[in-house]
Parts: sequence; C-alpha cells; structure tokens
Amino acid sequence: MADAKVVSPHEILVEGALPADATAIRLVRSSDADIPLAVVSVKPAAQANSFVLTTSETLNSQDHYQLTAKGVDQPWEIAPSPLALVISVIIGSALINNFVFTRYLGLCVFFGVSRNKDTAIGMGVTFTIVGLLSGMIAWALNTFALVPLKLEFMQIIAFIGVVACLVQATDLILKKVNPMLHKKFGIYLVLITTNCIILAVPLLNATSGATMLQAFGLSLGAGLGFALALFLMSCAIEKVNMAPVPVVFRGLPIAFIIAGLFALSFLGFSGLKVA
Amino acid sequence: MSEHRTPPPVSTMLMRGLFEENPIFRLALSLCPAVAVTTSVKNGLMLGVAVLVVQVLSSMSGSLVKHIINPKIRIPVFTLLIAIWVSAIDMILAAYFAAVYQEVGLYVKLIVAFAIIISRMELFSMKHSVVPSFWDGLGMGLGFLAGMVLAGAFRELLGNGSIFGIALVPFKPLLLVVLPAGGFFTIGLIMALFNWVDVKRGHKLPAGGGGAHG
Repeated sequence: MADAKVVSPHEILVEGALPADATAIRLVRSSDADIPLAVVSVKPAAQANSFVLTTSETLNSQDHYQLTAKGVDQPWEIAPSPLALVISVIIGSALINNFVFTRYLGLCVFFGVSRNKDTAIGMGVTFTIVGLLSGMIAWALNTFALVPLKLEFMQIIAFIGVVACLVQATDLILKKVNPMLHKKFGIYLVLITTNCIILAVPLLNATSGATMLQAFGLSLGAGLGFALALFLMSCAIEKVNMAPVPVVFRGLPIAFIIAGLFALSFLGFSGLKVA
Repeated sequence: MSEHRTPPPVSTMLMRGLFEENPIFRLALSLCPAVAVTTSVKNGLMLGVAVLVVQVLSSMSGSLVKHIINPKIRIPVFTLLIAIWVSAIDMILAAYFAAVYQEVGLYVKLIVAFAIIISRMELFSMKHSVVPSFWDGLGMGLGFLAGMVLAGAFRELLGNGSIFGIALVPFKPLLLVVLPAGGFFTIGLIMALFNWVDVKRGHKLPAGGGGAHG
C-alpha cells in the first residue's frame, strides 16, 4: 500500500497517484468516518510521485485518518508511527499525567517506601517490571476473553486476580531461582498488591479500548513515572530529615506538603508533547 | 486456625476508627482517594459511603469464611471477597448516581486495592466473629467517611467558595486548593491539625512523627 503521513498541522504527504482535483479526494478520521474533512488543495511535492494535501481543519499526527480518491482503488491509511505512539504514551503517563502527582494513585506505598533512596529504587524497579507484566497480561485477558464473551462486569475481579497471582508467582519463582534477589526485592513484591496503580493501569486500558502498543506504553510509563516520583521524593525526604521541622508537621504532614510542591512542579510538564 | 478473642466494647470499636486510628489522618492508609476525589463534599461523601459499605461487608464476610480458608492463601481470598463487593457497589453507583460516578468511577473500582480494607480483615476479622467485625468495619468506614467529608468541605470551601454545591461566598478564595497539588497540601495540613490537637491534650506524638506508615 502507498504511504501517507501527517507532516504538519494542515498538511498530509501522500505517496502515489492522486487526481489533481481536490473535490475528488475524501479524507476522514477513522473514528468518525461519516464526516469528511475539507481538502483545500493538492500540490505535487518535492519528491517524485508524491503530493501534499492541504486541509482547513487542524490535523493531529497522533490520530488515524483514511484517504480515498476517485479513480484510485486503494485507500490510504494514515496512522502515527508505532514508535512515536509508544513514546508519546510513555511520556504522557510518566510525566504529563504522572500517576502519583496528578492522578494521586499509589500514595500509600509512595509515602511508605520513600524514606530512603535504596528502598525507593528497589520498589521502583520491582514495580516497573511487575506492572509491565501485569498490564500486558490483563490487557490480553480483557481483549481476548472478557470483551468477546461480554464479561466486562468481571473486569475488577479478573484484574485483581491477575495481579494477585502474578505477585505470588513472581515471589515463588524469584525465591527458587535467585534467593539473593528475592531477599532484596521480595518485601516490595508483597506491597505491590495494595498499590492502586497496578490495578488502575488495566482499568484505564480497558476503558479507553487501548491497542496493544498503547497498553504497553501506559504500563511502562506508569511504572517509570512511579519510580521517578519515588526517587525524587526519597531524595527530598532524606534532606528534610535533617531539617528542624515543627513538631506537629514531622513525619507524614511534611511529606504531604513536599508531595504537593512536586505536584505543582509537575504541572509544568502539561505543555509537553511528542511531535 | 485462629481462636476467637473477646472483642472490645462497641463504643471503643466505633470511636477507634473515627479518631485514634482514623484511616486517613492517623493510619495514613487509603490516601489516594482522600487526595483525589475530595475536590467537593459530594464526591467525598459518595466515595466515603462506598468504602463504608464495602468495608462492613468485607469485614463480615471475611470473618465468616476465616475457618474454611488456608491461612497461606488468605490474602488472595480476601482480595477476591473485596473485589466481589466492590463490583456490586460499582454497578449500583453507576446505575443510580451516574453524574457523580462519572467523576469518581475509577476510584470506586480501585477500592479493591485500598489497604485499609484488607488490613482490617487481616487485623480484626481474622481474630473475631461476625458481629464485632461488623462494628469494627462500621467504625473504620465512618472514620474514612468523616475524613473524606472534612477534606472535601475544606477544599470546596476554599477552592470554590461553596459547600455541597451551594455558593457561600460569590468568589473563589483560593483556587490552588482544588488543583492536584492542593489535595496534598490539604491532607498534610489536616494531619498536622490532628497532631496539634494531640499535643494540646497532652499526648506524646509517636517517635517518627504523626501517622504510622501503612
């Protein structure tokens, strides 16, 4: 199939033969195929056998489009490149919508293990790996079993089952295969079951009807974002422990104030976008 | 097999959840919803009631089945019990309170992962029979509900100048409070307030500062 991609907010670069008449071309978003987007002009591009379409509406390079033209049998599918999609989902879930600071998830574990850097790193690594695994298994279970069988109302039970089994299994396997590693990370495994992020990821994937790549990106991004938040927090807490904090604020209250300041600074990421 | 212990009096079990072991401000468990959905009293109240119901039902059912489950797999079994009740509450709320559910839906589903519920089953229901478990669950649930409403009222009043959607002042005093960061500040300040009251009443704060980590 010939290639086509969104090159700028109002332009699409199309490879292949196109009629020069703009009215013979029909461009729609794949999500609502009934509403055509007006094509203003068709011009030959710098490369041979390519054309540049100009549209009046703003295009989004993350969106899917379909392009058909009179006299041309094959339609063009315009989709973002998989890598760009994954990276944008990862950055979105790790920084822009950080699970800890803007979605307030996983706070119990977050405040519990952010007291020193070593535990923060241990938890961050364990969580990222287990989170990615459980995210993908839950996505597969939802897409291939729950949705076709119309069992969506079982989502909560199924997903928490996946998490609980995976945590138990990882614990057992790690204990047999690498007791040293188990000694170091085993304690964090138990804590993962009560971390809401690990359950929120499959639920968010299921609600948004994510593709496999999106589910992969969200699971990985959630883990990385959680690890980043833990590490930042543990660095701050280690400093605060040496400061003269007022008695009533010692311990958790000051930790919350610090988390609030981090949350404020994470608002700055909201303008970030993968082009 | 766990043996039954004599449960403490009902009043103790109820008050413990509300003050000494308040799930949010003292035990620091189930913090995610406390920060996330307390942007208004209504949201806080709804999630609080959901948690109260799930807590009571899970505590009671946990206490019922404690003799027939192998202690080694009690955590997965408890989790599944909670998941069943949460699914039921989730569907009820989605059907009858669609407007509020739109805002707090994700957090209702996430009640499954709230540490407070499973920790009460572990600490209390495993050792006591059904009726005391009911009172313990009720006390903890009420403590959570009270915390949610308190934080919700504080944030709605300061952030929107209203309580329960009824405007009290015609302007928005401090918009920061309803922003993501404001949730953290609010909970931190209320925790500090709990500590301050404790110090005034002559209690000593625990060594690591107020609030035990969960």
